[in-house]
Amino acid sequence: MHFSLTNEMMREIIMDHYTNPRNRKETDNPAYQTVFMDSTSCIDKIYIQALIENDVLVDVIWHGVGCAISTASTSIMSELLKGKTVKEANYILQEYLKMIHEESYDADVLDEAVVFMNTSRQPARIKCATIGWNGMEEILKGDKKHG
Amino acid sequence: MDIDKIREDFPMLRGLKMQGKPLIYFDNAATSLKPKKVLDAIYDYYASYCANSHRGDYDIAHRVDVEFEETRKVVANFINAKSENEIVFTSNTSMGLNMIAYGLMKELHEGDEILLSEAEHASNVLPWFHVAQEKNVSIKYIPLDSKGRLTLANLKKSLNEHTKIVALAHVSNVLGYILDASSFAKEIHKYGAYFVLDGAQSVPHMKVDVKEIDCDFLCFSGHKMLAPTGIGVLYGKYELLEKMDPLLSGGGMNTRFDMCGNVSLQVPPLKFEAGTPNIEGVIGLKAAIEYLNEIGMENIDKRERELKKYAIEGLKKLDNVILYNEDSESGIITFNIKDVFSQDAGSYFNAKGICVRTGLHCAKILTDFLNTDGTVRASLAFYNTKEEIDTFIETCRNGGNFLDAFFADE
Repeated sequence: MHFSLTNEMMREIIMDHYTNPRNRKETDNPAYQTVFMDSTSCIDKIYIQALIENDVLVDVIWHGVGCAISTASTSIMSELLKGKTVKEANYILQEYLKMIHEESYDADVLDEAVVFMNTSRQPARIKCATIGWNGMEEILKGDKKHG
Repeated sequence: MDIDKIREDFPMLRGLKMQGKPLIYFDNAATSLKPKKVLDAIYDYYASYCANSHRGDYDIAHRVDVEFEETRKVVANFINAKSENEIVFTSNTSMGLNMIAYGLMKELHEGDEILLSEAEHASNVLPWFHVAQEKNVSIKYIPLDSKGRLTLANLKKSLNEHTKIVALAHVSNVLGYILDASSFAKEIHKYGAYFVLDGAQSVPHMKVDVKEIDCDFLCFSGHKMLAPTGIGVLYGKYELLEKMDPLLSGGGMNTRFDMCGNVSLQVPPLKFEAGTPNIEGVIGLKAAIEYLNEIGMENIDKRERELKKYAIEGLKKLDNVILYNEDSESGIITFNIKDVFSQDAGSYFNAKGICVRTGLHCAKILTDFLNTDGTVRASLAFYNTKEEIDTFIETCRNGGNFLDAFFADE
């Protein structure tokens, strides 16, 4: 459904999420699961927090410091996964990672996240485009490091 | 200096492309490119006299020993050490600094102080943290001036009778200022403290004379000065090397040992070189120093200062570039494109075929001083050209379009 997105539109979507990130806030509510993602190879430091009730991601928020790619990809992820069931979220997440790694993927479920389809042009940036998503994957696996 | 001829010597500079663009290598502070002379020397070792060093009874093993020990002399001459016995081969600067920190540990006592600066690379901070914790001594930092430089006045304020070790970068890997090392040594020695100099960013780019500076130790890496990775040098005044404990134990560093645990150690430098050394690295280092000597370190220094000046003049004309070290002398340019996160800029440069480094450059304390989450660092070497700098400046000018890296139609 998004195959009509032009490069110019994709740029605008990334810049919009970078300059005006969605769901960027933090909470000390213990009901939220928190994961801290940092990296030795880059300077991004991102916390992902999710409130999961009855198998639904009731809230997805995040905070931290990152480049345009990590900020926008985490912002888009938070919008996309909020309100989804754990099963739906897992599916979207896997399809996103397939897209990043140039495998065939289900574009219909990725919505705005398709703007990162060209990440493989800059292989060094794959980690930026996936840092928030990998954090969410850890939360969904229950394999979480408390930040 | 015939730049065209020099560039011919470097296989990486013979028309290589990255992202479809001619490669512009501006990450020389991370590692340098290698001339064919160095690659040939390594190949020649493996192809014509591959044997282990020390104690071989046959001709090709003897040749390895000759090359190995000759390299020690070449290094000693290069930094003007008193003797080749003051030259210890290590794997890199980090290893040298760790060896000194460990080796001097027994001389430290509670209440002593180790003096560093806020601009140090992790490799000249973390070994000292380790020692400080083990021996319950404290770490102090010489404050930087408003431009990020280390001044003699601030050194004098920081030294006291508790100071036992002062460990500083000769050239900062982020800001590129050159330390007035000989004046520092005089002050430090008034307190009887040891002066450890991290030469990772100085030795490859300027004449460094350990006698003139009178530092007690100097560490540097081969790979930043045209040699392969995995070879480095620890210089120490001989009487200090004699006092120091070796970090590594094993073959080649002892003269005899028995079942009761009695060990007699070799004298320096062999005391510090346990195990089969990096022979190809040593041989490559010799070829690298010979290559640098052919051009002349003074010429290299002059050329790199010229290139830096040219780049700064161009960058200053742009209103979208924030420069952090425009008046530092070395070929390191630390900057940001306004409103562009350093790593986004890094990808944009990549898309234009330009290699630069982004982030904190392992000097994580300095980030607070610069008040930024990260910077872009372009670092020049003598084989770079003004034409490359022109392309770099044009790329900076258009840096606001950093998403071109992902979306521009090629």
